[in-house]
Amino acid sequence: MNNLIASTAIKARQLTEEEIHEIEHEKTHYPYTQAVGLEALKIVQKYQGWVSDESLLAVSEYLDIAPDELEGVATFFNMIFRRPVGKNVILLCDSVACWMLGCDNLKEHISNTLGVDYGETTKDGLFTLIPVPCLGACDKAPVMMVGRETYTHLSTNKIDQIIAHIRDESPVELDN
Amino acid sequence: MVKITVDGKVLEVDESKNLLEEILSQGEDLPYFCWHPSMGSVGSCRQCAVIEYANDEDERGRLNMACMTAPREGARYSIEKAAKFRAQAIESIMINHPHDCPVCEEGGECHLQDMTVMSGHNYRRYDGKKKTHTNQYLGPFIGHEMNRCITCYRCVRFYKDYAGGTDFGPQASHDNTYFGRWQEGPLESEFSGNLAEVCPTGVFTDKPFSKHYVRKWDLQTAPSLCAGCSVGCNTNPGERYGTLRRVVNRFNDEVNGYFLCDRGRFGTGYVNSDERITVSMTRSAHDAAPHLASTDEARSQLQAMAANSIGIGSPRASLEANFALRELVGAENFYAGISTNELAMSRQILDIYRSRPVNIANIKDIEASDAVLILGEDVTNTAARLALALRQSVRNLGKKMARDMKFPEWQDAAIRQLTMDRKSPLYILSAHATRLDDIAARVKIGTAANSARLGFAIAHEIDSSAPAVNGLSADEKELVTTIASALKEASQPLIISGTGAMSQALIAAAANIATALNGADKKANLALVSAEANSMGLALLMESSDNSLDQAMASNAKAAIVLENDLYRRAPASSVDSFINGLDQLAVLDSLKTRTGEQANLVLAAGTFAETSGTFVNYEVRAQHYYSVFKPVDTIRSSAFWLSDKKLSELTQGCADSISGGAGIATLTPGEGFSVSGMKVPRQQHRYSGRTAMRANINVHEPKQEQDEEGILTYSMEGVSALKDATVFNTAWAGGWNSNQSVFKFQSHTGAALKQATKGHCLVENSVSEKTWSEVTDAEKVTGDFEVFPLYHLFGSEELTANTEAIKAKATSAYIAINEADASKLGLQASDGVSVEHNGAVPYIIRSSIAPGTVGIPVGLKGLNFRDLPAAISLQKATDWATPSEWHAANIIVSDKTSVNAENGGEA
Repeated sequence: MNNLIASTAIKARQLTEEEIHEIEHEKTHYPYTQAVGLEALKIVQKYQGWVSDESLLAVSEYLDIAPDELEGVATFFNMIFRRPVGKNVILLCDSVACWMLGCDNLKEHISNTLGVDYGETTKDGLFTLIPVPCLGACDKAPVMMVGRETYTHLSTNKIDQIIAHIRDESPVELDN
Repeated sequence: MVKITVDGKVLEVDESKNLLEEILSQGEDLPYFCWHPSMGSVGSCRQCAVIEYANDEDERGRLNMACMTAPREGARYSIEKAAKFRAQAIESIMINHPHDCPVCEEGGECHLQDMTVMSGHNYRRYDGKKKTHTNQYLGPFIGHEMNRCITCYRCVRFYKDYAGGTDFGPQASHDNTYFGRWQEGPLESEFSGNLAEVCPTGVFTDKPFSKHYVRKWDLQTAPSLCAGCSVGCNTNPGERYGTLRRVVNRFNDEVNGYFLCDRGRFGTGYVNSDERITVSMTRSAHDAAPHLASTDEARSQLQAMAANSIGIGSPRASLEANFALRELVGAENFYAGISTNELAMSRQILDIYRSRPVNIANIKDIEASDAVLILGEDVTNTAARLALALRQSVRNLGKKMARDMKFPEWQDAAIRQLTMDRKSPLYILSAHATRLDDIAARVKIGTAANSARLGFAIAHEIDSSAPAVNGLSADEKELVTTIASALKEASQPLIISGTGAMSQALIAAAANIATALNGADKKANLALVSAEANSMGLALLMESSDNSLDQAMASNAKAAIVLENDLYRRAPASSVDSFINGLDQLAVLDSLKTRTGEQANLVLAAGTFAETSGTFVNYEVRAQHYYSVFKPVDTIRSSAFWLSDKKLSELTQGCADSISGGAGIATLTPGEGFSVSGMKVPRQQHRYSGRTAMRANINVHEPKQEQDEEGILTYSMEGVSALKDATVFNTAWAGGWNSNQSVFKFQSHTGAALKQATKGHCLVENSVSEKTWSEVTDAEKVTGDFEVFPLYHLFGSEELTANTEAIKAKATSAYIAINEADASKLGLQASDGVSVEHNGAVPYIIRSSIAPGTVGIPVGLKGLNFRDLPAAISLQKATDWATPSEWHAANIIVSDKTSVNAENGGEA
């Protein structure tokens, strides 16, 4: 019965200087440290790509917020990743406008091209595919975001180009 | 009060309450989930929807949640017209809910079942796939089945908001919403068991009960009391097939409200334990072979030795049993069975309650207090239910802010938003960090003697006629003035102390502060926690006697009758050994095997609280009666039966007559002649099943019903349920309301006192106005390396509950707690043990809050006897050290920083 000690088995990792610096800066914006929880998670994710248990515990200890409290925040917001994601997160909109303009086909195409379903990451660690309910660009549907970039008026061709482009930009990972 | 119309009926209701509460109080049915009388409204479940009409002409009205609506004078509402909405709301709530009622433990007492039926949603149209979740291991007390969750958030509102737990919470959102811990593991809150009652369905269930589960209606129940500490929480234990199955809360607005602590709820398994004494045994000498004694034989042997015996009573035995023993051996031969110091403290508390101008605080007073000082009592571990009440007291600042802004007190979420982390002041003076530190304005660590000194100084600061203290440092002066002014400014200040720190000076200081606070129009609340379920009852019997256990052991008696008491837990083992060796005859009446019992030549099998009836007197000197839940095997009898020929009611009357101010003791039951429609009150519900079949394996003839000695309840189904007459309130059930939520049907107003049942009787009526003072006592000089202070554990420190499997799983064997600097001075490595002067070796933990030169020694844990230790001890690194197998450091939940090496028992 190992689960008895599960909560004590995880050890917080050391936050990096950059992370601490940014968290300290955020602290100045709020009257209570508890309010910084979400921002701190975003900072950690910015540097680490995702929020591991060790990172969550590190933030929890640094801000003196119970890990259970912080987990509530981390899991409430679906853009805080509690599992590792690929270098490029594809957020494909599956909301009404995009659905009417065929996002189902696009999803099919991406899945076939990359060999991943929703929530999965490609073996080379380059892409993670996640559905998103509306990116606020319905007039340019169908749309998706990759990283911080929004791509509009999507077609299967356009998606191929985007993927190829991103792969070219990341030759090191392609070697894997 | 305002007049409103609900579906044409004119009702007079309280406008300061919410409409749901008022509608329920009128006896109407209106479904709800998220609202709770103790936790207020958040309006999240959408079940209590009603139509509110703007004026007399308005035909359409608008939909409002009753729990979020303040009744308006002259307003019109309809419950009926919103029926369709409520049915739709529950249909959507029920979409993911499994169809597992037949295998679900909540089935038959499920608020969700009741509300679904009440709302009229009786056919599931949704045939899609249901969302499923992974369950977590939450420790030995609570089972987890997340698929049943309807996301009403009641668990979180109880666990976090009400009970201050931090290791549990909501995760994710919409369909994925999950209630649990961030990692699996035992829940840390001392009140986790209430989740089983607070959850409207079967997500959180009573795990020890699961192991021998039966339906609510198959349980035999009676109004009982928790015997786990001096609070005296009211309970409804349930029995089936001769074993005690579970304990649920019995509402008493002045003692425990809706909630119990986990020791009370999960600590009764010892009743079914293998350690029970089930037959009486006798032997001619200490070393002779014992043989079985029949009931008559055992009883006559006891009577025969009584004439030349001393009697040693017990704070965990009923008032009647102690009284019967005193009658049997004579008052001059009756000894309290507790140390001289403990007896003195109990009597000191009685004296303070009687002679000082204070209000003896019940739980409602504690919850209403707006400034609190805790003097040296670790309330969370010695009287846990009070700690839960203290958590509510610090919210009074928020409630005041809400009142000032003219919004109602039941607006729970709004008030929490408004208040943020502002709290009414709570100060703690203690030898170590406690589990209430997170809500404390200031915590001052110090020995009991020093806390007492500061306490006396606070009293003097408030009222200069109180004796003064000299030689305070500048820091101490500042603290004293801060606390004094906060208490003075408060409209309902509360002082809490007790016998836990084993210091009479501390109790005297608490009394002086409460006295000093007495003003023209205000009396301070004072609560002095005593050690055990009937410590105050024993004190009442000892008012004109100084006979303590120490005196009993020095009495040169040749024969002794020991009532429900293990002397080895009360005095140094060497003294008890020489006392027992000097005896020719030792009779022990007890329910569990003890070290004292092992040496007796007559052992009588005594019933536990669940198998006997009697009276306990709690920390407020409130006498309360408990009824036997079930009849044990024939060889087990109540201690009162062994000791006396009198009927229980005659003994109760005897207590009432002989105790000063004790008349109320005889008024706690409706009396032998009580009947409802000519029938007694049944312990079994009308749906109790298998009566003719359950003993068929023994004999197909149904045996005669067991007879009840008290003549109030019966061990049968026949009779009239509490619904018609709740004078004896053995279970909460009402038509359509099968869960414990039905308790509102028995209350004078939702959340207020029960209509008929007794709340017990406070034996001290304080109308003193004159101020008198305790003198400041100088602390005795303590010599030795480490000054000892006691540490209490909710799980493990109490003798009887410690024999329960579930409690064992949350407890640990003995250890010592010291400061980090002291540990390194002793040269301790993480995996070392410490040998304690005159005692064996034990593991140690480091606690950051503990002052250098002091050592915390747990009371009552296996492996170290606190009573063996002088006021100060020397410690050394143990040689040939092996960690004891029952050492579970992970079970020690404290609020300060600790360090325990995993090799040294870090895992449970």
